Amino acid sequence: MSNDIALQAIDLVKHFSTGSSGVLGRATNIVQAVDGVSFTLPRGKTLGIVGESGCGKSTLARLVTRLIEPSSGSVVLDGVDITNLSGKALREMRRKLQIIFQDPYSSLNPRHSIGQIIGDPMRIQGIVTRPNEKAEVQDLMQRVGLNPEHYNRYPHEFSGGQRQRIGIARALSLQPSVIVADEPVSALDVSIQAQILNLLENLQKDLGLSYVFIAHDLSVVRHIADQVAVMYLGKIVEVGAAVTVYSNPAHPYTKALLSAVPVANPSMRGLGRRIRLVGDVPSPIDPPSGCRFRTRCWKATDLCAAVEPPLQADGAGRVVACHFPEETPVTIGQSPV
Amino acid sequence: MTSMFDSVREDGVAPNSAESIVGKSPRELAWARMSRDKVSLFALGVIITYLLVAALAPVICAVLGISPYALDGNALNDYGLPKGAFGGISTEHWLGVEPGTGRDIFARLIYGARASLLVGILATILTTAIGLVIGVVAGYKRGWVDSIIGRFMDVTLAFPSFLLIIALTRPFTQRLESLGVPEGNPARMTYIILVLATFGWVYVARVVRGQTLSLREREFVEAAKASGATSRHIVFKQLLPNLWAPVIVIVSLSLPGYVATESTLSFLGLGLMQPAASWGVMLGDSVRYYRADPTYLFIPGIALVVLVMAFNIVGDAVRDALDPKADRQNLL
Ligand SMILES: Nc1ncnc2c1ncn2[C@@H]1O[C@H](COP(=O)(O)OP(=O)(O)OP(=O)(O)O)[C@@H](O)[C@H]1O
Ligand code: SF4
Ligand SMILES: [Mg+2]
Repeated sequence: MSNDIALQAIDLVKHFSTGSSGVLGRATNIVQAVDGVSFTLPRGKTLGIVGESGCGKSTLARLVTRLIEPSSGSVVLDGVDITNLSGKALREMRRKLQIIFQDPYSSLNPRHSIGQIIGDPMRIQGIVTRPNEKAEVQDLMQRVGLNPEHYNRYPHEFSGGQRQRIGIARALSLQPSVIVADEPVSALDVSIQAQILNLLENLQKDLGLSYVFIAHDLSVVRHIADQVAVMYLGKIVEVGAAVTVYSNPAHPYTKALLSAVPVANPSMRGLGRRIRLVGDVPSPIDPPSGCRFRTRCWKATDLCAAVEPPLQADGAGRVVACHFPEETPVTIGQSPV
Repeated sequence: MTSMFDSVREDGVAPNSAESIVGKSPRELAWARMSRDKVSLFALGVIITYLLVAALAPVICAVLGISPYALDGNALNDYGLPKGAFGGISTEHWLGVEPGTGRDIFARLIYGARASLLVGILATILTTAIGLVIGVVAGYKRGWVDSIIGRFMDVTLAFPSFLLIIALTRPFTQRLESLGVPEGNPARMTYIILVLATFGWVYVARVVRGQTLSLREREFVEAAKASGATSRHIVFKQLLPNLWAPVIVIVSLSLPGYVATESTLSFLGLGLMQPAASWGVMLGDSVRYYRADPTYLFIPGIALVVLVMAFNIVGDAVRDALDPKADRQNLL
């Protein structure tokens, strides 16, 4: 196994059954939350995963961190298949792979002090001795920009941004090599988003971390991601180097998402026509046949309804799941990144 | 009081100041909050006094030279009623004497506290322990475990418990005696405690289950799981600390409730029996004389009411003190 792949997802599937399965055996609905997702995260890099609400991003994050069990598929961490680990081996694996949560409120136990919250993982794993614990936790607090004096304070005494820093310190406490961040800044004000993104970037540089960074719009991952995967209704529809995806999107959905992103460079404005996506995301209980995006795609044909487009490389070096990928524009010579 | 905490900066760096912020531990904070409130401190003092007096009843009686069983015919008039006003209150008998026997009421009251509080405390410990465990398991495991426990709780709640207590007193105490529990009052006391626990745990379990159901969905539970925590850690370290507040309120209501139930049962002749003293036995005895000697009725009655009120006040105060959202600033 190559040593420079930190994390790999192979054909992950998660179907939830919902509806009551009472004594009368009522029919249950199957939610196809994640349906055949594969990705590769190179060591020390960041893979951005982007998609609208409900497309299965959090489910994917919980699958790769083994918080929920996949219906099928596997997860490979540092060349080891961790899909079926249990007991001691699973516990040890968890040191290497940590997660940062979306909600800065429900992700911290309101009855625990900050010191306890950040120190908990070390105590659970038994890798710290009592006298050292406080010092180690305060080191971590300093590292993420929290005042170590606030060791005994409670979560409600902190702002959303500070709470996310606490969550980051907790994730760092086991010295992981891979961190899955599930929309770590979505709940924060824009000004504070930048601070947290900077912190994550600096930590990556200092500690050599590899990130799976989840977001619901492309602008957030633009600065931090090396690779970007775009998800739609439980599937990856396009993946590639961030520069390529941003400057030269192949999938109509990617293009639509990008057109909603404000363009920073004024000379770029007006080059792309603004695409307004119509309609809602279809239900993952009963996704459209063929291409799942076809109900909202302006290029859809009968072929799209009949045949599901596989995720594959097109002629221009892009990896996309579409029968009619976007043209490579010749007018834009420079990268907008 | 100090303005330093008004300005928690986004970057989390403390404002520069010669005075450094000293963090207080959670327990210190809870105590600081609690001790601010004079009424609840007083109520806590009342509860502690009750407990001490009950525990030390034999010592107190020995020192004062009184006994809950000694008859004193000299304190009674020809009709068997206490001599003197207010049920025969005197320097010799602080709370007067019992009509008919002349036994010292103060001695009987503090011995009675022993029996009443013992029943209340043991029944509370049993119900809370059973209710907590069953409630957390039902809420955390969900699925078929929860369904079975739910049915069981419904059935328990639907039982006509009071009728059952009355109907089963004799057969059950006899069974307990045959199992080696000392005859008479110890067996009756054990029976009362077991019955109270059998029906009482449901109220604790219902509240705990509901809270657990909502708590288990929070992301901090997943965070603990992601660090390799066992179910045990999650239940005891993550979920339980969030359950103390409702549990304390239930305890503060149920303990005096159980004391009162013991009194009711003894009053009805189903609990402890003469010559033993409990507040219920005293109340049951006193109603026979309430016209001639109302003081006798008031004494155990007031003792009971004060205890119930003290527990309610302290229960509320402890719940508030345990709430980490309570205002920290006013304490520094
Ligand atoms: N435990 C579950 N049981 C049933 N359905 C679920 C469960 N968890 C998630 N789902 C469903 O799976 C789909 C994907 O959910 P998921 O939380 O992964 O989306 P998301 O992309 O993270 O959305 P958001 O941006 O809102 O966080 C949704 O339709 C959701 O309702
Ligand atoms: S396959 Fe068809 S429907 Fe799907 S994105 Fe491509 S063009 Fe649109
Ligand atoms: Mg999500």
